[in-house]
Order: sequence, then structure tokens, then C-alpha cells
Amino acid sequence: MTDSSGSIGSGGTARAGVAGAQEDVVDERAGAELLAPLADQEQGADLARLHGRLEREAAEGGLLDIAYRVVDSPIGPLLLAATDQGLLRVAFGVEGHDAVLATLAARVSPRILRSPARTEAVARQLEEYFAGRRRSFDVPLDRRLSRGFRRSVQEHLTEIAYGRTESYAEVAAATGNPRAVRAVGSACSTNPLPVVVPCHRVLRSNGSLGGYVGGLEAKHALLALESAA
Amino acid sequence: MKPFERVVAEHGAAVLRVCRAVVGPVDADDAWSETFLAALRAYPALPADANVEAWLVTIAHRKALDLLRARARRPESVADVPEIPSVHQEPEDAAAELRRAVAGLPTKQRQAVAYHYLIGLPHAEVAEILGGTTDAARRAAADGISSLRRSLAAEREEARP
Repeated sequence: MTDSSGSIGSGGTARAGVAGAQEDVVDERAGAELLAPLADQEQGADLARLHGRLEREAAEGGLLDIAYRVVDSPIGPLLLAATDQGLLRVAFGVEGHDAVLATLAARVSPRILRSPARTEAVARQLEEYFAGRRRSFDVPLDRRLSRGFRRSVQEHLTEIAYGRTESYAEVAAATGNPRAVRAVGSACSTNPLPVVVPCHRVLRSNGSLGGYVGGLEAKHALLALESAA
Repeated sequence: MKPFERVVAEHGAAVLRVCRAVVGPVDADDAWSETFLAALRAYPALPADANVEAWLVTIAHRKALDLLRARARRPESVADVPEIPSVHQEPEDAAAELRRAVAGLPTKQRQAVAYHYLIGLPHAEVAEILGGTTDAARRAAADGISSLRRSLAAEREEARP
């Protein structure tokens, strides 16, 4: 380790090149070792603080297209994602939050940050709802993820009152398309805003649960919560 | 394209290390914040096959240069080799010693050392960021390392009772 000028590989015989390459490897390792105290430094607290500053500055600069957070709930962790228009997506753990965020990045915008400020109100209202102290949600919704018939079905769902249920057939009739029972089913299963837009209040005509994007256990738990309150 | 949050999670620590090494701890927060804000702005147009870390370091490099120039213009800070504001009064550790030695390097060597040895960008990519040839980048990094070694040795010599 006498020559550290590191002039490797430029000219010279093949033999010198090999010797140089070995020396280079040694240098690489020695250099990285020398820098190790800086490379290994714990920065977690600083990164958390800087993340907070980035959230604020991005929102102020109009660059935060989607802000999200994950809240705990009796039916598992819920992802809450919002644009500056309103709540865009509620997602169950079983949907895979990373996959949901990847879809939002592709369909809406990749300018996405974990940032709780924008979903403060809905997080609080969900907490009240799960505690049995709230019967409806009062937050702006961004419904851009749904179009056409699915969207009109989902808009109708917010009219089904807390503690009440409708059948898929009744929802189809209410949206002016009584034969579109299956389409109502798929509108419910693709509801981007479950819990807040209560697709869990739609059952089969025989009273059985049908399906649910968060799993039947979650649907059952929500219906039990609402019938107990 | 990944959500930008993933970019921050995967590269935030490396970019902070680079910022600290290049502009020192005082201006590192500004350098990091400006880097990620600019990156967030440009992100939707980033080609899918881009090397995200090299892209971020390129932005950080430019932001750091802006900060270094601004600092040079501030008369009171000409001699201000960034010292860590000592929050917890610990005895000086290896990291602090090394930080001071890095701060004493010429700018180009400091950048080459940070980009290559601290976060592992290949010399060719470092050259693209710094401008100039791969050999020049390799030389700047190697010279920086030998100079660091010398000044650390000298400091330990001085510290000996």
C-alpha cells in the first residue's frame, strides 16, 4: 500500500493491469473501512425530522399529490390515502398496502408521501366510528378511481343508513338498473373507499353476507358493530 | 413507477450521509430537503430504467454546490469549517474526528470520496456527476483517502499526551 495515486488500468502492460487491479481492490476496501464511522452513523431521528419537513414543504409547494397513513382498527390496519380533493382510497391489510400504493402511483401520481396531516379528520372519525360514537362520515371524498355505473352504485351506498342493509338486487333497482345485480356486486367489491363508503351494508337477498374486499370476517365485524350500537 | 415514499425510504439515509460529508452538518439539512423536494418535483418524468441513487446524488451535488457558494459569500463563515454543534457532551469519537478531516479536504476530493466510498457509486458515475474523466474521479477519490489518512494520523499524533 505504498502507491495510493490509484492510476489503475490506463495504459501499462497487461501484467501491470492485473497487479493494479488487485491493488485497486485493496484500496477499495481500505477506503470504505476508513469511511465506516460515517457510513455506519445512526441517523434515524434526523431522517424522521427531515421527513416531516419534506411533508410540509411538499404540501406547501403543491407537490404532494397523495398523502397517506396507516391506522390501526379492530378490523386490522387501514391505509388512508388522500389527494388535495379529498379521501381517495381506504385499503385493508389483506389488499396489500404496498400493492395499493403502487396502483395509486400508476393511476393517479407517483408523488406519494407518508404524511398523516391530510387524513387527520378521517382518522379521528374512524376511531369514533369503531368506538360506536359515530354513524356517518363527514369528509370530502375524491372519487376519481371509479367511473360510470360502479361510481353511481358507490354513490348510492352512502345513502344506506348506519345499521341498515340492502340486498344487491335492491341496490341494482335503486340505481335504475334492476337486472345489473352482478354489476352491483363488482361495484361493491371494487369500492375504493370501504368502511367510509359502506359497501359492507350490502348483502345477498337471502341475508347471507356475499363477498367483501376486506374479507368476510371484517364485513361481519362491521355489521355486528353497527347492530350493537 | 414506485411511490416516491419508497425512494425516500430507500435512499434518504445515503443522501443524508453524502450531504453531511460534502456541506457539513449545519447545512446538511437544507441540502437534503432541497434535494428531495427537487426530486419529488421531477420524479414523474424520471425514466423507468434510471439509476435512482445516482440521480439523487446528482441533484444533491448541485444543491450542495449552491449552499457552498452561498456560504462562501457569507463573510462571517469563511473560516467556518463545520464543527458538530455538540448536543450531548461526549468525548470526541472516531466519527467526529473523521468528519473534521473530511471537512478539511478540497471540495472535489470531498465529493469524490463521499460519492464513491461513502455510498458506493462507481468512479464512472462519480465522473459524470463531477464532470471530467473517470480517471480524474478515481484519482480525486484516492487522493482524498490518502489525505484523510494523513490528517487522521497527524491528529492522533497531536492528541497523544
